[in-house]
Amino acid sequence: MRDLSLHILDIAQNAIGAKADRIAISLTAEGRPAVLKVVISDNGRGMEPDFLERVTDPFTTSRKTRPVGLGIPLLKQSAELAGGVFSIKSVVNEGTEISATFPVDSVDRVPAGNIADTLLMMIASHPEIGWEIRFASESQQFEFSLDDVKKALKGVSITNKHVQEWIQNTLSEGFRSVFGGVLDEVNQRA
Amino acid sequence: MKSIKELEAIREKALKEIAVRDNENKTRIVVGMATCGIAAGARQVMNAFVEELNKRNIHSVNVTMTGCVGVCRFEPIAEVIETNGEKTTYVKLDAEKARRIVAEHIVNGRPVFEFTIGAAEK
Repeated sequence: MRDLSLHILDIAQNAIGAKADRIAISLTAEGRPAVLKVVISDNGRGMEPDFLERVTDPFTTSRKTRPVGLGIPLLKQSAELAGGVFSIKSVVNEGTEISATFPVDSVDRVPAGNIADTLLMMIASHPEIGWEIRFASESQQFEFSLDDVKKALKGVSITNKHVQEWIQNTLSEGFRSVFGGVLDEVNQRA
Repeated sequence: MKSIKELEAIREKALKEIAVRDNENKTRIVVGMATCGIAAGARQVMNAFVEELNKRNIHSVNVTMTGCVGVCRFEPIAEVIETNGEKTTYVKLDAEKARRIVAEHIVNGRPVFEFTIGAAEK
């Protein structure tokens, strides 16, 4: 995967496939030297312990079209190549939580990529899911809850063009204000 | 930072436009967005579809994503499903091809045969 946003997109597809109706994505940068932590958690159907044990193996998958599943192994590889750590927790009928850390200054860290566009794409494709997005650095915090947006919209669709524009702007402003100056690839100017 | 209060104004703007347009049955463009598709560039393809439709002010088309379509060697893949149920499967897409599909298939109603799975399998 070329950037972190694509990893997130990929892992979130697993959550959608697991019939989650709540998916939380959090990106936090903490510590000195800073470490970027990505956590994707869902309340989907979860995995059996024996499947969970094998899930970072590329030849483990729940899909029926072919016997290869690369989403989780690729994220694990990206994190570990940069000197970070990958972990996964899952409980049947409760959900799954995947986390990966990336030392911010590692030359092998994948860039963040276009996080706002990617998140909007997922939200617009699955507006029925209660998406919760959180960005945090040591000095800034940003939270976005699709349920709150839905409440404010009182029946107007999330897929409306103006609403999508607002979501995109909100997410990209939030991302810039939290990670500008923290991640080199993020331009702080609004 | 933007606030949720802004949504009230957006809501009213949206409501006005909805009143003008009827709630027609929509054509769907479904982009394969599993690991195989994403790695092949499906995100840029989906972006191109959305941008081109917005640029042309076309609201009668929904762009969504799905999982693995099953023919990963042809990714990025998108299906255009018309309101009459007619389905066209486009393969090995990129942003430029996506824009042409909007212009020729969505706007002019002529599927771009050279990008279809039928043409690719020959």
